[in-house]
Formats: sequence, structure tokens, C-alpha cells
Amino acid sequence: MSNMNGKRGGLWWKLLLWLLPAAFLLIFFYQPLTAILRLAFSMRAEGGGQSFLPGLAAKTFAFTLWQAVLSTLLTLVIGLPAAYLFSHYEFAGRKFLRLIALLPFILPTVVVAVSFNSLLGPRGWLNVGLMALFGLSEPPVRLLNSLPAILLAHVFYNSSIIIRIVGGAWSRLDQKLTQAAQMLGANPWQVFWEVTFPLLLPAAAGASLLVFLFDFTSFGVVLMLGGPAFATLEVEIYTQALYLFNLPLAGLLSLIQLAFTLLVAWAHNRVSLPRYGKAALSAEKANLRPPRTKKEKVFTFVTAAVLIALLLLPLLSLVTRSLVSLEAERGERGEAQTGFTLRYYRELFRDTTGSIFYVPPAVAVRNSVLYAAAAMLIANMLGLITSYALHFSGRLARWLEPVLILPLGASAVTLGLGFVIVFRRAPWDGVSFSILIPFAHALVALPLVVRTLLPALRGIPDSLRQAASTLGAGWARVFREVDLPLLLRPLLVCMVFAFTISLGEFGASSFLSTGRNPTIPVAIYRYISQPGALNYGQALAMSTILLVVCALGSLAIEKARLPGEELF
Amino acid sequence: MTIKRWISAALLMLLLSACASQAPTAPAKEVRELTVMTHDSFAVSAELVARFEEENQAKVTFIKGGDAGAALNRLILTSLAGAPEADVFYGLDNTFLSRALDNALFEAYAAPALGRIPDAFKLDPGNRALPIDYGDVCINYDKAWFASKGLPLPQSLEDLTNPRYKGLLVVENPATSSPGLSFFLASVAAFGEAGWQEWWKALKENGVVVVSDWESAYYTNFSGSSGRGSQPLVVSYASSPAAELIYAETPLEEPPTGSIVADGTCWRQIEFAGILKGTPNRQLAEKFIDFLLSKAFQEDMPLQMFVYPVLPDAVLPADFARASAVPDRPASLDPQLIAAKRDEWVQAWTALMLK
Repeated sequence: MSNMNGKRGGLWWKLLLWLLPAAFLLIFFYQPLTAILRLAFSMRAEGGGQSFLPGLAAKTFAFTLWQAVLSTLLTLVIGLPAAYLFSHYEFAGRKFLRLIALLPFILPTVVVAVSFNSLLGPRGWLNVGLMALFGLSEPPVRLLNSLPAILLAHVFYNSSIIIRIVGGAWSRLDQKLTQAAQMLGANPWQVFWEVTFPLLLPAAAGASLLVFLFDFTSFGVVLMLGGPAFATLEVEIYTQALYLFNLPLAGLLSLIQLAFTLLVAWAHNRVSLPRYGKAALSAEKANLRPPRTKKEKVFTFVTAAVLIALLLLPLLSLVTRSLVSLEAERGERGEAQTGFTLRYYRELFRDTTGSIFYVPPAVAVRNSVLYAAAAMLIANMLGLITSYALHFSGRLARWLEPVLILPLGASAVTLGLGFVIVFRRAPWDGVSFSILIPFAHALVALPLVVRTLLPALRGIPDSLRQAASTLGAGWARVFREVDLPLLLRPLLVCMVFAFTISLGEFGASSFLSTGRNPTIPVAIYRYISQPGALNYGQALAMSTILLVVCALGSLAIEKARLPGEELF
Repeated sequence: MTIKRWISAALLMLLLSACASQAPTAPAKEVRELTVMTHDSFAVSAELVARFEEENQAKVTFIKGGDAGAALNRLILTSLAGAPEADVFYGLDNTFLSRALDNALFEAYAAPALGRIPDAFKLDPGNRALPIDYGDVCINYDKAWFASKGLPLPQSLEDLTNPRYKGLLVVENPATSSPGLSFFLASVAAFGEAGWQEWWKALKENGVVVVSDWESAYYTNFSGSSGRGSQPLVVSYASSPAAELIYAETPLEEPPTGSIVADGTCWRQIEFAGILKGTPNRQLAEKFIDFLLSKAFQEDMPLQMFVYPVLPDAVLPADFARASAVPDRPASLDPQLIAAKRDEWVQAWTALMLK
């Protein structure tokens, strides 16, 4: 470690650390991106009668920004109290609720649309209930195809980012600091504002940035839940590139999206860098206790209730619908039975059509899990290396960090088309697309990993490392015995996220799919794109399987922690 | 340490034996690879593909390139970049036909089977795009809903602007959905270039619901599907009721939905296949086109993709024939006119309906 901080060997260390992330980003990000943009703009040069439509671009950008800001604020309003709840209080069902909060993150939008519909749609439970209760003839809640539907879905998808990242940091705060402030006479508000808040800021700002970027580049939610009246940049890029074939405009919109991402990431760094707190971390067991005062009990109850209504109910209505047949309510069906059924699940195992695209559920699960495990390893190895490289880059990091966030701002359609162009040509044409898929997933997960690890890494006091090297530990031993224990919890958070991102990803990687190793989302899509009650039921059953795989996967990852460790 | 050594030895043995058993089975003949780009709804019996592969010592890879329009644009793009993604494209439809031909995507192939196919399907006289199947985009209705309300079914596009059908129809955005584009083109065919805006305006006032894609329209909004939405009329396919019958949970006498096939209310989608220009596998690609036009494949299509065969002597499965209707006079437009005006129309439609 003394090598890394030393004057002479330091430069080589840094270069070596940068080598792998730089190569990864060059090959899997900058190369496809520049290839596709160059092609798009050359089409304009040739003059295909296509125009840049500045009015459309400006309007789309304004809406994209507006909905992303609103969504992020709403996500914080829900996520921050929940993060506090999970990192401070022990209560019945805490672990279950925390796991539930993660699940929306992986669901393909088409499934979220179905589950929102079964809960909030014109004939959803809510409307049916209200109509029965008040004797109404028309459904009172008309949420679908509106801005509130977009916002709600964004909160549904992303609150787990705030909960996990901020909650993780909150539980790692060194309790001695707040206790010291209390002993020195600070009131609870002062303790929060002057001790907790500055220490929490890097994690909170980082998590908010991620949520903002996910909302800013939102695609499926806007297309399917917002309806055709709303278009974000990402939706417009998709329409222009793949339907109207106006590639120059798609290219321009992609550039706007990238430039804005860079700007936001840079501004974010300016805000949060100077305040990074040191000596903030503690590897001690998180200090959970049951809520004691009346105020604490009310807070716990209300926050948990909101989370249940917002996150659990849509999931529950999805799972229920995959197990309940409602066919008898439809006039012309014959002797259909209403009630509990395992038919949809049984049908999944039957290859009724002999189609070449039929995939047994076990195979889809295996493919998904293999891809997700590979993506998780790649993203976390690279993320760890990148975080160290950034950490040792000093002031340079301020400029490099925003660049590392960029993959989140790249349009999935643009990047996907870029992949298709680049990886079909020499020297890459020998590489199987199946191998590329986990790399594409890792590309999406990497910014998230770096965002989560870096604040944690910066929070490790140098004095600890120095003490260890003074006592004769080599750098490897310092890493193993000082850094790793302190990084372990954020690393587990990252692994869970990378795993789930890969399980649910359906954007850029759908361009790489050759139909050979279909994943669970591919199977879901196959059923829901055909009419018929069984197809619908099987899509819901497959979605439920996806939920279970995600839940088991993240539980397994968390179980792999060091014995005796409690995750916040 | 010893345990580790044992394990590594065992692994090495396993590896060696795997290699050894592989060696003798190395194929005597060279296996050729064929890549076929299709749209997302493509499906075929595994058995048929296996037979094709065996007969031609070939390995076929299918790439699902998105919706019909998206898959085509992907191919044009990769061809422009000098790396065409496939040897054969199947799933090009008549609304996008001219874009493919204008971009010189295909090589001509006068397949022997073409002689037996009705001329009405052969929209490309140069035989670069060969017709494989057809289907009709029609309005589907919820039988139970209409029966319970005692409302007669709309029998023309004009009927849909009648206040008694207010708020009952859901359509897909023609800018992002292939059935949406088809239905829109049917309206242009019915009311002409000068009149379609007027009709859509009236439809908007009559509470038409527009969604982005078929999945939302059918499963979220349509009351006749398992999603049990609130519109009893949806733009889908004439064959969708057959799918409702075949994929019903319990055997049904008749499907819960029906198609309106009145004159001029449906749009006929003809789907084509073509050999991509510059393919190194020309001979195998020809074989694959022949395979698509073979009786076996043509008879496999209805239950796999819910489309009709272009080959007149292909026999339809009984359930399929029973539950899906064929319009006598679907709407149609000159492909050249579609090519020239499609994007302009869609933009005008977007401005009229969504802004």
C-alpha cells in the first residue's frame, strides 16, 4: 500500500489500475457508440431529406427533464424515510419488506404494466372495489396513460436504489460521532444537520444521481404506462431510429442525452466532492433496535404501510393473478372455474406448439442466472478496480468520474445498434453474441457499482492503512484486512444490484440476442405477444418465477457475507 | 493439499476424456451456417427446422430483430455499415416493402414455388421480396359485452364515429406499432389523402383511446382479453379470436371475441422474405426460401404465428379455420404511395392525435 501512496511507484500503479476499466469502456462503450453516431450523421451528410427538427428535440428534452426531476424528488420522499427505517429499527417483517423493495427493479416493463393494470386499471381491484363500495357505474380512478402513472412507476422501480445505498451508508455511520455530538449538548436536529447529513451526503447524492439518470433515460415505463402522448428522449430515439428511420435525428437526440448526463454527473461531483467525510465508517454491527417511543412507532408503521401499498400490492396482484383464474366472469366462456389454479405454471412445462422458440422454465432460469452471475462478477471486479483507480487519482478523479457515469446516459437503442454494427465486423466477428451479453449488462451495472463503492472507499481512514503498513503488512494484506472488511457491505449491495440489473435488462442486450439462450424476460415476452387466456396466464406465471429467482438470488448473495455480519 | 491435487487430476482426466470422446464425432461434411432475421412474432416448429438442417447440412440461427419495421431498419443499417446481420430476412410487410426495395436490400430469386402463388400477393415483380404469408389487421370485439348491451356491431369505419360507440375503441400508435400503422393505412384507403384527418378528428372527439403497442391495447385496454380492460373494441388481427380459442383455459365452443371483417375495415398485411444482397450463402439462402414456400412450412404457420399461407393448397387446421374470419374486401393502397407518404402521414397523425 505504501507503494500506491509513494511518489515513485505510484504512477505505474495508477496506470495499471486504469488499464482494465479503460479497455472495457473503450471496447464495449465508446467503440459501438462512435460507430453508430458516425453512421447516423453520415446519412445526413448524404442528404436523405431528413431533418433535425429542433422544435421536437427541445420539447422532448424539456419533458424528459421535467418528469425525471419530479420522479427523483418523489423517489426521495419515499426512499429516505424508508432508508432510515431499515437502517435503524427492528420490526416484524423488516427483512421481507426490504427484499420486496428490491424486486420491482428487475421486472420487465410489460409485466409492470400488467400488474399496475390489475391493481389500478379500469377493472383493477382498486376501481372494482371503489365502484362496489360507492355504487359507481364508471371506474373513478383513471391513472393509466397519464403523467402520474409514469411517476408512480418510477418510484416503484427506483426506491430500492435509495433504500439500499443510503440505508447502507446510514447503518455504517459511526455511532460514536452522533453520540459524541449528543453528549456535547446538540439537539437531535443539530445532530442530524451537522453530523449525520454531511456524512450521508455522498451516498445520498450518489443514489439520487443514479435514480435521476434512470428516470431521465426511462423508456418502457413512458412508452407503456405513459402512453403515446408522452415521449422522453429515449422513447423518441427509439421511434426515430427504428420506425421513422430518421437516424440523424436519433443521433442528435442521443448526443443531447449523453451531453446532459455528463453535465449532471459533473455538477454532482462539484456538489458532493468537497464534503466527503472521513472517519465516517464503522465496520461494527449495525445498531438495530425496536421502535420505542410513540413517535418512533408511528413513523415505523406509516413508512412500512406506504411501502406495502406502493411496492408490495402491485407485486402481490401480479402473483395472485398468476394463480387465480377469472375466466368465468366472461360471458361466453363455458364451464370455466374461478379460483385457485396452477394451470398456468403447469402449462409452462408443456411444449404444446413444438415451436423452436419454446423454452422450458428451468432452462430460461438457468440462462438468466448464468448471465446474471457473469455480469455480476464482471461489473464488481471492474467496479472495485475502477473505484481504486479513481480513489488514487486525486484531483483527476473529478474529471474521470463523470465519464464513468456516461454509460447510464447512453440510449439503449443507439448502443444496441452500435453493438450490432461493431461486433459483426472484423476483428470482433468471431465473438459469440452470447458472450457479449453479460458484458453489455455489466456496462449498465458498472456506474452503479462505482457510485456505491467510491464513497465507501473514500470513507476509509488512511490512518488505518498506514497503521497496518507500519506494523509490517504488505499491500495485499492491508487490502484484505483493512479495506475489504469495510467494503464488504457496499460490495454486497453492488452484487445484488448487478445481479438484478442483469436479470431484468431487456434494452441493449435484446440486440445481441440470437434466440439461442433465451432468458426469463425473453420467455415472458414470447407469451404476452400472443392473444389467448393461457398465454396471458403463462406470462404472469413466468414473471412470478422471475420474482422468485431474483429474491432467491439476492438472498443467496447476502447470505454469502462473512459469518456474524448483519447487513444493515 | 493432497485433496486439491486429487481434484485437479480428476478434472484433467475429465477434460481429456471429453476431448477424446469429441474427436471421432467430428463431422465428415462441413456444416454451413445460415442466419435468418425475423420479426418478433416469428415462430416455427422445431421439427421442421431440424429437418431442413439435416437435409442441407446446415445450422440455422434466427435473430428476432424487433417489430417488423424495426427489424427492417436494423438490416438496412447494418448493411450500410458493411456488415449485414443476416443471409435471409423474413417478416417484411407490405407497409415497409418499398423501403426495403429502395435501399436495394435484397437479391432477386425466382423461386420455383412462385408459379403456384396467386398474383395478388406478388407485389414485387422483380422477385426480390417473395410473399410467404398474409393476415388481416381488423377490429376485434368483446362478444359478451356487445351481447349484454344489446348494441349492434359497427359495420364500417364511419360507424366508429357514431356517439353510441363513444370511448369503446382502443387503437395502437401507428408510429410505434405495426398493427397501428396497418389500421391507419386502412383509414387512408377509405377516406383518401384529403379526408383521413377529418375522420380521425371525429374519432378523437368520440373518445378513441390510443396506446403505444399491441400488448397494451390487447391486454390492458381490451375487455375481451384476459386483461379485462374497459374498451370492447380493439385493433388486432382477424386471427386473434382463433388464438383465444386455441389458447383458452378450458375447451370452448366458440371464442369469446370476434373480428369485424366488413368491407374496407381491415388492412391486409402480406409478409415477404428476401435474400440479403452480398450474402456468402446464396445457395443455402435459396434453399431456405424454398423451405418457407414448402407445403410443410406453409401448413405449420397458422398455428405458430396465426397467419394464413400464401400457397393455395396448404390445408388450414380446423380450429384455426373455424374461429378466424377472412375479409372479402380488405383495404389496400399502392405500395409506392405508402413509400412516398408514410412518414409524412404518420407525423401529421401524431400532431393531430397526440399533441
